[in-house]
Amino acid sequence: MRAPVRIKTLTIDGKEVSAKEGETIWQVARENGIDIPTLCYLEGLSPVGACRLCLVEVKGANRLLPACVTQVEEGMEVTTNSERLVNYRRMILELLFSERNHTCSVCVVNGHCELQRLAQRLGVTHVRFPYRYPDLPVDASHERFAIDHNRCILCTRCVRVCDEIEGAHVWDVMGRGIKSQIIADLNQPWGTSDVCTSCGKCVHVCPTGAIFEKGKAVAEMEKRRQFLPYLTIMRGGKQ
Amino acid sequence: MAQQIVIEPVTRIEGHAKITIKLDEEGNVADAWFHVTQLRGFEKLCEGRPFSEMPSLMARICGICPVSHSIASAKACDQLLAVRIPEPAVKLRRLINLAQILQSHALSFFHLSAPDLLLGFDSDPQKRNLFGLIEANPQMAKDGIKLRKIGQSVIEILAGKRIHPSWIVPGGVSEPLNVEKRDAILAMLPEAKEITLRTLQWFKFSLEKFRDEIRAFANFPSLFMGLVTSEGKWECYHGRIRVVDGGGHIVADQLDPTEYQDYIGEATEPWTYLKFPYYKPKGYPNGMYRVGPLARLNIIDGFGTDMADQEWAEFRELERGAVLSSFYYHYARLIEILHTVEKMEELLNDPDILSKHVRASAGLNNLEGIGVAEAPRGILFHHYKVNEEGLMEWANLIIATGHNNLAMSKGILQASKHFVKGKQLSEGMLNRVEAVIRAFDPCLSCSTHAVGHMPLHIQLIGPDGTLLDELRRD
Repeated sequence: MRAPVRIKTLTIDGKEVSAKEGETIWQVARENGIDIPTLCYLEGLSPVGACRLCLVEVKGANRLLPACVTQVEEGMEVTTNSERLVNYRRMILELLFSERNHTCSVCVVNGHCELQRLAQRLGVTHVRFPYRYPDLPVDASHERFAIDHNRCILCTRCVRVCDEIEGAHVWDVMGRGIKSQIIADLNQPWGTSDVCTSCGKCVHVCPTGAIFEKGKAVAEMEKRRQFLPYLTIMRGGKQ
Repeated sequence: MAQQIVIEPVTRIEGHAKITIKLDEEGNVADAWFHVTQLRGFEKLCEGRPFSEMPSLMARICGICPVSHSIASAKACDQLLAVRIPEPAVKLRRLINLAQILQSHALSFFHLSAPDLLLGFDSDPQKRNLFGLIEANPQMAKDGIKLRKIGQSVIEILAGKRIHPSWIVPGGVSEPLNVEKRDAILAMLPEAKEITLRTLQWFKFSLEKFRDEIRAFANFPSLFMGLVTSEGKWECYHGRIRVVDGGGHIVADQLDPTEYQDYIGEATEPWTYLKFPYYKPKGYPNGMYRVGPLARLNIIDGFGTDMADQEWAEFRELERGAVLSSFYYHYARLIEILHTVEKMEELLNDPDILSKHVRASAGLNNLEGIGVAEAPRGILFHHYKVNEEGLMEWANLIIATGHNNLAMSKGILQASKHFVKGKQLSEGMLNRVEAVIRAFDPCLSCSTHAVGHMPLHIQLIGPDGTLLDELRRD
């Protein structure tokens, strides 16, 4: 016999909703038609709470909580879209833009980019912080794909999809803080990786133009993620 | 309530220019320099980027002729892929380049130069701009705006966007043309033809008034360079290079554009950021040549379309050899507009233009590529070298304004000698010197000059190096 499902009731943006125990605020909000912005969370991959864009206010909590990793509790009162939250989200996006070299006009995913779309949705028209203009390389050593660190926001979706779904674990993160960078294997050119299966999953989960197919011209690259839910179901719904 | 329009010097500074005029002991003009005081650095900033970005990245050099840069860049990338792109893609690229030439020429003639031509070089500088033009001759102002709009609309219909479209890609174009779009373009062309013919009539009739300017606006023998077809006709996309001298004689013909380094050298001078390309067999600076509308009309054996050919024949009657005065750039521009309209009609009536086969795909096969095309202002070279991963290692661009640099400098000296009298500068003189540059329609004016003001700085220096007089417009 299956264990009974425990139901929790809570309010999100003043709306009374019910949820299964163990679900996160992000998932419950989504089920109820409330879209909380995120750049690192992707259904089918384990959540890491890295980008902080899904921060929400919970009554009684003395800090903001990331909706993608916070499980619902009975009687919770959640606010997903206050002025304070929008200000923080804008600031996070501005910090992302200032951190590396995001030049939408010549990017392969111009018009199909999650970072760009979110900035437009949240009304980011200016970046108040000085740009850092780091000198970062493009690794085009792979036969079919390339990674441009200038456009990477360190969401680690590529790391997780390669590890959790493909099982190859080519990608990882090196360094700390502002010096963090995605690396292939033991920090070697992607094309020399022994374990990369060239499946292309990292290319398609990447929210920006950081990982892309070679030969695509500006604005031509669209990310296709239909495979993710399918693969997750095949793996028994486990994350 | 009285209306007030104030045209202030604007901060769009893609082309700061400075002119220095030197006087001898007697107070006569001894020498003149044309300084371009800004460095853009596109050749440097593309290093390390994937070559597939180049057609869009290089297009950002200019907001007026992004299409021309895209085309030269995509042609260089085609060579990196080592593909011969499908014929319909060639036709579509040619079509959009014609539209580009049309809109840019319309901008140069109507928006930038017509105020001088219609109102006079000595007219009130407050009125000598597009708004003054609207007041004095609303029909002509409307015509100019309409004509440019037609060119821009063609670009938008073909490529999805007027400025900086990303439709032109390595290997061809990203989307084919459909019947609705073709018909929409065809429907606009008769009006463009009408406007051009009307303006040509007016301009030919007005030439009388500008005898002095015709005589002193960079009017000297030089070489002329541009692309021609294998039959020697006008060409803007493929073709080979022909060089003609001041007497109208062919000096070199059917040169392979990808071997440009064999016959074009690039000299630098410490007082300007703009290089001085020259024709190598004649050396520097004797290998001075001009490019652009005037040059193209001087080198060709004809356009290959009826109306333009008629106008061209009349144009070539102006002088026995090549037409030498740079004032005639304006005239040549109008004739070229006529041809672009005729040629676009011809291309659109070819059923092949609707073919779905518009892109060749390939990986990186060559590490070096050279793309050459005619931009509105003249022949344009993009030369790239990439590493084995397809990342840019080196780029060399020669842009029309660069080719004309020697001639522009000499033209300024000529105009200064003719118009500068004594030790005081007058506004009319400033405007004429400016107008010499404007006749070439250099890229410095295209971004800064749209409301009648080009940031310009003229210094008059005595033989001992003292500054005698100075005029500045920022």
